[in-house]
Amino acid sequence: MALRYTKDHEWVRLEGDTATVGISHYAQEQLGDVVYVELPEIGKTVAKGDEAAVVESVKAASEVYAPVSGEVTAINDALEAAPGAVNEEPTGGGWFLKLKVSDPSELDGLMDEAAYKTYLAEIS
Amino acid sequence: MTTQDSDSSDAALRRTPLHDAHVGLGARMVPFAGYAMPVQYPAGILKEHAWTRENAGLFDVSHMGQAVVAGPDHEAAARALEALVPGDIVGLAPGATRYTQLLNDAGGIIDDLMVTRPILPEADGRLMLVVNAARKDVDYRHIEARLPGGVRLEPQSDRALIALQGPKAADVMTRHAYEAVRLAFMHAAPARFDGIECQISRSGYTGEDGFEISMADADADAVWGALMAEPEVEAVGLGARDTLRLEAGLCLYGHDIDEATSPIEAALAWSIGKRRREEGGFPGADRILAELSDKPSRRRVGLRPEGRAPAREGTAIAVDGETIGMVTSGGFGPTVGAPIAMGYVAAAYVAPDTRVELIVRGRAQPATVTRLPFTPHRYARADNR
Repeated sequence: MALRYTKDHEWVRLEGDTATVGISHYAQEQLGDVVYVELPEIGKTVAKGDEAAVVESVKAASEVYAPVSGEVTAINDALEAAPGAVNEEPTGGGWFLKLKVSDPSELDGLMDEAAYKTYLAEIS
Repeated sequence: MTTQDSDSSDAALRRTPLHDAHVGLGARMVPFAGYAMPVQYPAGILKEHAWTRENAGLFDVSHMGQAVVAGPDHEAAARALEALVPGDIVGLAPGATRYTQLLNDAGGIIDDLMVTRPILPEADGRLMLVVNAARKDVDYRHIEARLPGGVRLEPQSDRALIALQGPKAADVMTRHAYEAVRLAFMHAAPARFDGIECQISRSGYTGEDGFEISMADADADAVWGALMAEPEVEAVGLGARDTLRLEAGLCLYGHDIDEATSPIEAALAWSIGKRRREEGGFPGADRILAELSDKPSRRRVGLRPEGRAPAREGTAIAVDGETIGMVTSGGFGPTVGAPIAMGYVAAAYVAPDTRVELIVRGRAQPATVTRLPFTPHRYARADNR
């Protein structure tokens, strides 16, 4: 499935009932060089809009919110040694976590690629 | 994700003479101390930081305050300034620069600054100051109100300041201002840069060898452009300026030092010379001399968090669950390759290798008190060139 975006610049990709979550290209560009990512424990349950992770650039720490509700089933351990992947491949190897989605209809409220592009044009 | 608002389009923001040059290089401009300033260029903070440590970084620091304290002779100007700062100004040799602090009556730091005695006899009695951008209005009012008759403050608001920092800075300078390369660390002289009249000092805020070049606003573009054309030189923004100075263990005003901290608490006792310690006669001398002999109740130290999580400004420092201090600057040290921080801890915990905990997002992260700087200074001191 194609990516869906939140207004807070997280992306989510749904495959079956598993959602992969990361931050957008725009978000990584705004942050600058990422030096640390704090990921949740596997098994943790998060509600849509809850803080799910923390991403730290050289300048500052920012919260990453869960785009949908669910249980954390996997985290991207590779980011511990190589947090720069968030800058290099934000929607690929720089993914943060996977969720077992409790209510797939929550994705309906998120933006597709075209809508997100329009949104970025509005805010910048 | 939360992103900071970094809109610098506000018309009220002041611009340095190099504003268009930064925009042309693709800089991200942010508000800083009332100015639109480049926080980073397209290379990014990590690359700009590494470039400065390995080559030569070019910084626009024209937002900083340049001023002259002018008196009838050196003795009169220096005595007037010594009533406001604890540094030895009277004893400055011609062409020498000293780091000192403007103090309030309680010995707290109003600002930290550089003071240079002119090298030319005809300019003697005109002490050159460089103060922090965010404090210049406060500083100038404070100084003006306290200067005796015959000594006055002359803000040099029509001058720009450019810093060239890094191990290749001297090689680059040889091609444009040969005389400046003969300067030792913390010395300054007037020099021609490609024929342009400048005041050049061997100093900086990165822990590296380097120069700070002061020139008329109208000449800033020419000097900047000539340096940017050199293969060893890349532009470096305020983001990397901050990581470089943090690794070098240097204080940032408003974060590591403020009106409540004394120079002794701030581990700046080295900047108060023997004569001033013996004679006193500066604001807050009672407190400062007492802290020198009895040790202050808290002191600025370096901190090395274990693990990878940076501890930011405002992070509580604890031992056995009890708060014993606070982080005043913290982040990632690109050259160190790990998180680093500075902060104040109670006197019992200042010794290197003391184990403490940093409370990051509610969790205690182990950390160790360390000596500063985190990366060795590589200044071109007079005795090691």
